[in-house]
Amino acid sequence: MYKILKKKSLNPTVTLMDIEAPLVAKKAEPGQFIILRVDEEGERIPLTVADFDREKGTVTIIFQIVGSTTEKLNHLNEGDCLHDFVGPLGTPSHVEGLKKVAVIGGGVGCAIAYPIAKKLHALGAQVHSVVGFRNKDLVILEEQFQAVSDKLVMKTDDGSYGTKGLVTDALKELIEQGEQYDEVIAIGPLVMMKFVCKLTKEYNIKTVVSMNPIMIDGTGMCGGCRLTVGGETKFACVDGPDFDGHLVDFDEAMERSSMYRSFEAEQREKTCNLFKKEVL
Amino acid sequence: MANMSLKKNEMPVQAPNIRKRNFEEVALGYTPAQAIDEANRCLNCKNKPCVSGCPVAIDIPSFIAKIRESDFEGAYEILSKSSSLPAVCGRVCPQETQCEAKCVRGIKGEPVAIGRLERFVADWHMEHTAGGIKKPVSNGHRVAVIGAGPSGLTCAGDLQKAGYEVTVFEALHTAGGVLVYGIPEFRLPKAIVQKEVDNLKSLGVKIETNMVIGKVLSIDELFDSGFEAVFIGSGAGLPRFMNIPGENLKGVYSANEFLTRTNLMKAYRDDSATPIQHAKKVIVVGGGNVAMDAARCAMRLGADEVHIVYRRSLEEMPARREEVEHAMEEGVIFDILTNPTQIIGNEHKFVTGIECVKMELGEPDASGRRSPKEIPGSAFTMEADCVIMAIGTSPNPLIRRTTSGLETNRRGCIVAEEDTGLTSREGIYAGGDAVTGAATVILAMGAGKKAAKAIDSYIQSKK
Ligand SMILES: Cc1cc2nc3c(=O)[nH]c(=O)nc-3n(C[C@H](O)[C@H](O)[C@H](O)COP(=O)(O)OP(=O)(O)OC[C@H]3O[C@@H](n4cnc5c(N)ncnc54)[C@H](O)[C@@H]3O)c2cc1C
Ligand SMILES: Cc1cc2nc3c(=O)[nH]c(=O)nc-3n(C[C@H](O)[C@H](O)[C@H](O)COP(=O)(O)OP(=O)(O)OC[C@H]3O[C@@H](n4cnc5c(N)ncnc54)[C@H](O)[C@@H]3O)c2cc1C
Ligand code: SF4
Ligand code: SF4
Ligand code: FES
Repeated sequence: MYKILKKKSLNPTVTLMDIEAPLVAKKAEPGQFIILRVDEEGERIPLTVADFDREKGTVTIIFQIVGSTTEKLNHLNEGDCLHDFVGPLGTPSHVEGLKKVAVIGGGVGCAIAYPIAKKLHALGAQVHSVVGFRNKDLVILEEQFQAVSDKLVMKTDDGSYGTKGLVTDALKELIEQGEQYDEVIAIGPLVMMKFVCKLTKEYNIKTVVSMNPIMIDGTGMCGGCRLTVGGETKFACVDGPDFDGHLVDFDEAMERSSMYRSFEAEQREKTCNLFKKEVL
Repeated sequence: MANMSLKKNEMPVQAPNIRKRNFEEVALGYTPAQAIDEANRCLNCKNKPCVSGCPVAIDIPSFIAKIRESDFEGAYEILSKSSSLPAVCGRVCPQETQCEAKCVRGIKGEPVAIGRLERFVADWHMEHTAGGIKKPVSNGHRVAVIGAGPSGLTCAGDLQKAGYEVTVFEALHTAGGVLVYGIPEFRLPKAIVQKEVDNLKSLGVKIETNMVIGKVLSIDELFDSGFEAVFIGSGAGLPRFMNIPGENLKGVYSANEFLTRTNLMKAYRDDSATPIQHAKKVIVVGGGNVAMDAARCAMRLGADEVHIVYRRSLEEMPARREEVEHAMEEGVIFDILTNPTQIIGNEHKFVTGIECVKMELGEPDASGRRSPKEIPGSAFTMEADCVIMAIGTSPNPLIRRTTSGLETNRRGCIVAEEDTGLTSREGIYAGGDAVTGAATVILAMGAGKKAAKAIDSYIQSKK
């Protein structure tokens, strides 16, 4: 059993938890993820290792409440335990040797981008972070990004915080101003990553994206997480989740992620009803 | 009095039109009277031809003789000397090509139903014997086992009984390997596997789930933490695809994914949190046990029509005969000598069908198998809203990539000595599908047993 040592709400739909998992904490590297099950009958869901403390033996996860499992997870409190917590899975992000990098985060994707930005900063690279949210209320990890970035650009869709617009607008501006990046790392919704890649391709800047297809085992056993990258089939859980964004077939990935949409809506409804009953 | 009937006692089964819509066990098992009657068909042959067909050399005539005497517990004791999982093997062994193929009664008529008798004895034992397992006295030596499939569980059980302190490291959240994530409930109830796992725990075996070796811990770290030997029983879980256009459309699954969702994650139950597509017209590509299981699961999930598409003929199908027959009885349609060339989808990228060609069998090749050749101009399409690829698996590369000095062959299988399971590295043993590629439960179990013996002598010789 894996104990929740800390729980903190970052915004109305995003929660941070520190989980006691010493073996995972010992090995985890930025870019890797874990798979958890809330209870014995639960679904296996992947979440990125947002941070870790090797000494304390804790792993931080940051998740957005989007459906039934994340809803259930959010109903747990400090002191409660998760039934399963396996990791670190996936291949760590390649950060060595980079001198100047633009890290682009969209929404809860910022939780995945942050540990990479932090590591790059620790390795002495120049980090320009561009983070985007729908509105002011949804902003997360601003201070953390501030602490590890040489430059931080905040964008919101409605202009309620930072400047109005999309992360791609900001990235384009930076590039046009003459900033020269070894690499762009873009993590967020599939559409966002797709458009960042389209932009960087024009400028011929290598771009790495973190893919999050539907997964089950996370060890290369089911093939459910497969993607087409450069015309080849790859399993995101073992070959990724990081891939060369200019080679990823985003349209296919977007289609595949909607496979169970109606089932998910129904499950969410059920879970919400369950919690409503418990409150009464 | 010997029973000279030419036919086996029939196995009571759920009727096909009922069972094809539920996940309860298909074969219901012999009653004691049926078992004794069947046991009377055995001639207790002096030279025991049947034993030579069993990969773990169960003393078949002796255990059957005990059944004849109604000494079912005595029969169990004989079984358990050679087999750790009789309730499992009695259900899933390809008996018709192993023990029963060698039975003299099979020369004229049907062989003795050895598998069914084995299952009867194991089930009787589970039902009538209350726990009472004693923990063996520890000899203080620790052994690590990777993978909780039949090979790993067997190796762990034998070593623990010999006094070792064994820890099994399993990647998934449940122990059992293919027995829990692959083979469906209606063929092998999960409660049986659970019972075997519980027995091991009562012996003192520690089972640590959620431990992906190669990620959470490496084999070298296991040695550093005090394990003196390691057994790798990590199976062959990496699914193959055909690499034809359309394979990434929505509704195309590997058999592993389809079966894992259904069996391990219980997606067939209404209360499961894991989704599965309840497709109406399903095509399963392949001809092994895995394909049969996927087809029969799809039927039970409510499909109107399920097809098996296989490029050779019925005779060449590697699946157990009983599974093919059961699938046919349940209404699965067999399209043999047919090979898919492309999967077709609609504008929302959901599968709508597959394009196939007809095949014919050529001359036998060096191995004696007649290889299929495409018939020119025979292309046609079949409708489907779900396609399941069951064309084979290979060992997962995780362990070989993270263990230096561990020799593997061209197909990614770990190279190990046949009689001991010893790999190219001292103290590391391996067996089961990880060594042979996808094979059978009984072979995996046998490999686990051999390795347990070898590990015992290895550790004793070090002292
Ligand atoms: C490698 C990886 C890292 C991830 N890291 C994070 C993270 O740090 N923070 C975060 O908030 N989210 C992350 N996700 C996404 C997260 O796994 C899903 O939001 C979660 O599974 C939703 O489960 P649910 O039951 O609450 O929602 P559902 O109602 O089941 O689904 C809602 C959405 O989540 C997707 N989803 C559902 N099941 C899975 C699954 N088993 N695997 C992947 N996606 C699924 C669906 O496509 C759908 O779009 C990550 C996904 C991957 C693959
Ligand atoms: C659907 C299906 C039907 C079958 N039907 C039959 C049948 O009717 N009769 C028959 O005899 N055989 C059948 N087989 C084959 C049989 O199940 C296998 O040959 C047998 O299970 C192999 O046993 P194993 O112990 O080698 O591996 P597995 O049963 O594959 O177990 C390996 C275990 O190791 C774990 N593992 C893998 N990598 C790691 C790692 N890095 N760290 C920790 N754990 C790891 C896996 O999660 C798994 O639990 C079938 C197989 C399938 C898939
Ligand atoms: S283990 Fe398999 S091969 Fe051996 S006797 Fe039993 S059914 Fe036959
Ligand atoms: S060969 Fe058949 S009849 Fe002879 S001992 Fe074996 S099971 Fe009995
Ligand atoms: S999640 Fe199953 S292979 Fe990647």
